[in-house]
Amino acid sequence: MIKNISNLGDAAVYCDFGSSVNEKINLSVISYFNSLSKLVKENKINGIDNITPSYNKLIISFNLSITNYSEVRKIVLDLNINKEINSNHKKIKIPVCCEDEFGLDFNRLSHKTKLSKEEILELYLNEEYFCYMTGFIAGMPFLGDINNDIRCDRLETPRVKVPKGSVGITDKFSNIYTFESPGGWNIIGNTPQKIFDKSNLEEPVLIKPGDKVNFFQISKEDYLNWNE
Amino acid sequence: MSNTYFEILRSGINTTIQDKGRNHMHHIGIAVSGAIDQRNYKLSNKLVNNDLSEAVIEFAYQGPLLKLKNGKINLSITGDVLFKIIRKNSNIEDGICYKNYILEDEDQIDIISTKNSVYGYLSVNGGFELEKVWNSYSTNTKANVGSNNGKKYSTKDKIFIKNSDLKINKEKKISYKRVPDNIIRVIKGTNFDFFSSESQNIFFKREFSVTKLADRMGIRLSGHKLENIISSNIKSEGLVRGAIQVPADGSPIIMLSDHGTIGGYPKIGVVISADLDRIGQLIPGSILNFKEVSLEEAQNIFKAYRDETNKYLNECN
Repeated sequence: MIKNISNLGDAAVYCDFGSSVNEKINLSVISYFNSLSKLVKENKINGIDNITPSYNKLIISFNLSITNYSEVRKIVLDLNINKEINSNHKKIKIPVCCEDEFGLDFNRLSHKTKLSKEEILELYLNEEYFCYMTGFIAGMPFLGDINNDIRCDRLETPRVKVPKGSVGITDKFSNIYTFESPGGWNIIGNTPQKIFDKSNLEEPVLIKPGDKVNFFQISKEDYLNWNE
Repeated sequence: MSNTYFEILRSGINTTIQDKGRNHMHHIGIAVSGAIDQRNYKLSNKLVNNDLSEAVIEFAYQGPLLKLKNGKINLSITGDVLFKIIRKNSNIEDGICYKNYILEDEDQIDIISTKNSVYGYLSVNGGFELEKVWNSYSTNTKANVGSNNGKKYSTKDKIFIKNSDLKINKEKKISYKRVPDNIIRVIKGTNFDFFSSESQNIFFKREFSVTKLADRMGIRLSGHKLENIISSNIKSEGLVRGAIQVPADGSPIIMLSDHGTIGGYPKIGVVISADLDRIGQLIPGSILNFKEVSLEEAQNIFKAYRDETNKYLNECN
């Protein structure tokens, strides 16, 4: 539930669902997102430009020529949250190749966690992850929570270019770089799976908030032949 | 399909197709994009009788050199732009912004540079032969989505132009003059309290300057380091155009049209909607001051901004 609602500038509503990051709070954010998106799609409300869910916040930006903060705030507070919209979350299996040319940061991770590459991977691959949000760059999923023993800070100096497809971890989260991008996460492998596909106009993004994700390891040969 | 097109003889620094922007995609990480200076984008369309949401060419600093092939068109350029029209017979005319021109087959238009500003806009009557992606023509170079396959234009590219209706193209003009004003009005951000009271004071009382790290994603400022007394990271959350994030180094960054959809730095403020066109046009080295306004003031200022835009639009009815 929304703990606090305020304005973010003159053209956005800022909904705070509480300070912690967990599945329950995030599912509440997602249900608000789904309910509001449905109203926008059905043209029942006007002037909403974007609805951006994150771990524990929902930001609704609007067109100040059409509506304003108090109107949108009222719509959000009056929302009839439909829990059923949440039931279509998928389970997705993602291949990842962790050979040395893709797993760029195992030395650093081993040093920080005192675990071998094999031990880190066992703990990482053993878990099913929840997708909290997608964004920053198109389609990038923010997954969690990874095992306590393999948690590690960001790189002190972020990479200027993280290769496309890189699978990274930092703190209690994991993500996939859907585009080559600057970034500071610890890279443990690379996936040949297309996560963002702009040619798929209806469903350009494979992993959505609320979905569950498992990683499984593949060889370099499989990696190279994956999209054949 | 029309066979009229611009051949790009020189692409310019950052030449893209833009429009009002691409909404409803933020939740999957796709920025809104769209013209940085929305007012000038609309005025350029109005001058050539287009629907205001038609796609335009946006250029930054040095613009493109374009040669018209297989047709005759009606075009306009807005912004503060130095440009020339090179006629087929080699006559050269100095270009004037905020009026329309008829360009004949094989004429060239040379957009030399923007003056004390960053962005300018070129519209043609009828618009360009482009397809909308997710309800927008805007080029998003980060996700490679939109016109020209989501890439900025290169030399030798062609930009196809729809058939113009030249009969209705009487001469049009707008008496627009940009008034230099470096006071940027801001509403306090959701993390304003993260900053020391001294830094809060500095933010609203002292001058900042635009650094060279400025593009369609955002503008990094220098001048004063803002001291964060709570945490230099927040849980990543959605961003909006105009949000002013302050990373650990204390130098504020203002988000523009191509900004990442989420960010994890505290937000000290948000630039009001009415000042977004202006902030995007500030060149590196520009000095600016932030001024605090309330939500209600911001809404009133926006109404005045919109009325002023409409006044200019109505000049060429």
